[in-house]
Amino acid sequence: MAEFHKKIERSTIGFVLAIIGVSSIGGLFEIAPLFTIDDTVEKVEDMRVYTPLELAGRNIYIREGCYACHSQMIRTLRDEVERYGPYSLAAESQYDHPMLWGSKRTGPDLARVGGKYSDAWHVAHLVNPRDVVPESNMPRYAFLERKALKVEDLGAHLAAMKAVGVPYDEEMIAHAAADAQGQAMPGSLMADQVAARYGDETNIRFFDGQRGVVTEMDALVAYLQILGKLTDAAHRQQQQQAALEAP
Amino acid sequence: MIARLTQDERRNALIILGLVALMGAVLGLAGRDDLLGWHGLLIVIFAAGLALPILGALDAPEPTEDRENAYYDDPTRLGILLSMGWAVFGLFMGVWVAALLAWPELTFVDSPWASFGRLRPAHTTGVIFGFGGNALIATSFHVLQRTSRARLSGQLLPWFVLLGYNLFCLLAVTGYFMGITQSKEYAEPEWYADLWLVVVWVAYFLIYVLTLARRKEPHIYVANWYYMAFILVVAVLHIINNLAVPVSFGQVKAYSAFSGVQDAMTQWWYGHNAVAFFLTAGFLGMMYYYLPKRAERPIFSYRMSIVSFWGITFMYLWAGSHHLHYTALPHWVQTLGMTFSVMLLVPSWASAGNALLTLNGAWRKVRDDATLRFMMIAAVFYGLSTFEGSFMAIRAVNSLSHYTDWTIGHVHAGALGWVAMITFGSIYYLVPVMWGRERMYSSALVEVHFWLALLGTLVYVFAMWNSGVIQGLMWRTYDESGSLSYSFVDSLVAMHPYYIARALGGLMFLMGALVGCFNIYMTIRGASASVAQGDRPADPNADRSLVAGE
Ligand code: HEM
Ligand code: HEM
Repeated sequence: MAEFHKKIERSTIGFVLAIIGVSSIGGLFEIAPLFTIDDTVEKVEDMRVYTPLELAGRNIYIREGCYACHSQMIRTLRDEVERYGPYSLAAESQYDHPMLWGSKRTGPDLARVGGKYSDAWHVAHLVNPRDVVPESNMPRYAFLERKALKVEDLGAHLAAMKAVGVPYDEEMIAHAAADAQGQAMPGSLMADQVAARYGDETNIRFFDGQRGVVTEMDALVAYLQILGKLTDAAHRQQQQQAALEAP
Repeated sequence: MIARLTQDERRNALIILGLVALMGAVLGLAGRDDLLGWHGLLIVIFAAGLALPILGALDAPEPTEDRENAYYDDPTRLGILLSMGWAVFGLFMGVWVAALLAWPELTFVDSPWASFGRLRPAHTTGVIFGFGGNALIATSFHVLQRTSRARLSGQLLPWFVLLGYNLFCLLAVTGYFMGITQSKEYAEPEWYADLWLVVVWVAYFLIYVLTLARRKEPHIYVANWYYMAFILVVAVLHIINNLAVPVSFGQVKAYSAFSGVQDAMTQWWYGHNAVAFFLTAGFLGMMYYYLPKRAERPIFSYRMSIVSFWGITFMYLWAGSHHLHYTALPHWVQTLGMTFSVMLLVPSWASAGNALLTLNGAWRKVRDDATLRFMMIAAVFYGLSTFEGSFMAIRAVNSLSHYTDWTIGHVHAGALGWVAMITFGSIYYLVPVMWGRERMYSSALVEVHFWLALLGTLVYVFAMWNSGVIQGLMWRTYDESGSLSYSFVDSLVAMHPYYIARALGGLMFLMGALVGCFNIYMTIRGASASVAQGDRPADPNADRSLVAGE
């Protein structure tokens, strides 16, 4: 072996090629199949896409680094399922570019936080977490309430998402800015259009509790309230399993 | 430094800087309504700041020395200083974020830039890419020349790599403060910074290949295998993991090409191998040169070097899925990741063992010389953290450790104990050599740094082991009635004392680094100009101690 190796060591290009060859096997074997094997991601019929407002909220979640402390991936362990809800399915993050599964739980998992608290709770919590959870070490995000949401370019955001494979249609892209405002202005004409385009289940509310300007707080709360609600597949699967296990 | 360039080279440098500034201006104009505008401006200022001194020296006399018969160490010198500068910044950010977890109001409250989520990536990027990356570039240039007995290829190329790389780090860190991030851990910078890094990296690779092409040694020395693996694999990882579609060319935001489970696997294939090829392979390169040099002992076993090198290069790339146990990732991928992670222990311990066995017969030196002791402790922590890593990769163990502070403890056993220690040891070896001094200004201060670093690491790691295990157990404890015993907040309260201890450990580590900066500054200030005798490309005996001992 040592003799053979002494030969490779003499050639720079040989060594370079050897490194590339040896190091690429693992990725080819493990990652490439994930794109081709069909059942890697379950097919779910009722999966819906993020509305422009929710997408904007998701981008704020990324911008502020919330993922550094909160996971969005409930593992298949009993205690996690009891604490946070049915375990996460691959399908649930199929439109997440990038995914936000996280790697550290300084705070609790958020994969199913949608609907768990009221909008008002979220706003109070984001303004000062210690007002609602005295022991919390989460930062304050009161500035979100004061910042108007930038909506003009949301169409371009949807178009980029479409380019990477999310099924937005031309209508959605064309009306993204208006839809973002409509979702935070119940009762308006724009709001009706959001429901028509994204489904009647869409949350249409004054998320930050204020009429008037649509703020970053609106967007972030709208996003938090949809987490775990894009499809019912995980709950359905849990019920099916329970039914199978019942005597 | 500029005096060592010919007038033509100075002119070429200006042209390159002009192009960089132009690129910055284009980005700035395209992104004038977006945060991108600020980054365009930053690039222009960066280029102008470098151009000014060159403009001033455009007509200064040409260099007189015989350049082909001297090593080219200016980039290494600056690289060392930059590395120490980033260390202070990155460690300070570490202490700050550590303090924030214990006392969340210890910041500019309600200022977006100063919240935990934005400071944390500034810490990780500052230490990994700023401190670690600069140290890798600086030492790789030094090691490459000494083990090839050839001068570095190009006059401007090494500067382009070093400074271009630092521009990338600046874009990254200033970006986080402004809220620019794509959220992928250790790959947070957005598309334009990523593209820039590709250009820099290609130049880095070229330097390596071109310098090796003119080597006067028939064999490529072990350290260079590792540096080459570091350069090559990081390039592949970086390009694939960062594939994304920008919203427009005038905006920072881009959407990752991958989503969900495929994205998770790609990200952790990247993430784990950033650990493997950035934080491990490159630093093993450092270890394989500086440790035998300092100990004046040949590497214990050439065979072990071969086994561990190819073992690491092959197996690490399979291990990324141990970050995704019990998730929605298909089970077979998790199992493969676990299996390879456990097998990885063999090549890892072969490296650590090779290093420690090299010290056999030099233990007196280890006792007396804190620089060598830095390297020895680094090898020990390398062994420890790889053992811990292989253990944590087992599914049942990971079910407890994942998401907890145990992971953070493991990270810092590797990062403080291995990466930072081997770097400090190598820098203490290099500074006197590079600035033509007999020894460091004060060996007592090296000793002080050593103990602060070791103590800080131990406090940090023990605190996180405790908190991690407690956290993991609290999350899964049931009471007699079969319901979960603790709320999430209960576990958070239990962490508080450990978070305080960790911040103190980190503070010690930071103080050690400050002591190191002072010592390096004093060493340089007293520098004389002479280059160490025998340290010339033509000298065939310069690196006797590197021949394997079998
Ligand atoms: C003064 C010393 C240091 C202190 C006080 C410190 C503190 C911290 C803190 C508080 C975190 C966040 C943990 C969390 O979110 O729960 C962190 C994360 C991290 N630090 Fe450090 N750190 C130090 C040095 C270093 C060094 C030298 C390196 C690398 C060379 C490093 C690499 C990392 C990495 C990679 C992470 C992310 C870990 C993960 O996401 O799992 N740190 N550090
Ligand atoms: C044989 C070698 C190693 C193996 C098998 C290994 C394995 C692991 C495992 C199982 C995790 C936890 C993943 C999770 O539950 O999320 C982890 C995390 C980590 N390890 Fe290692 N490790 C090894 C060596 C090292 C070394 C030497 C370092 C050095 C600096 C290091 C740095 C990290 C980092 C930064 C993370 C945190 C990633 C994140 O969550 O952000 N590892 N490693």
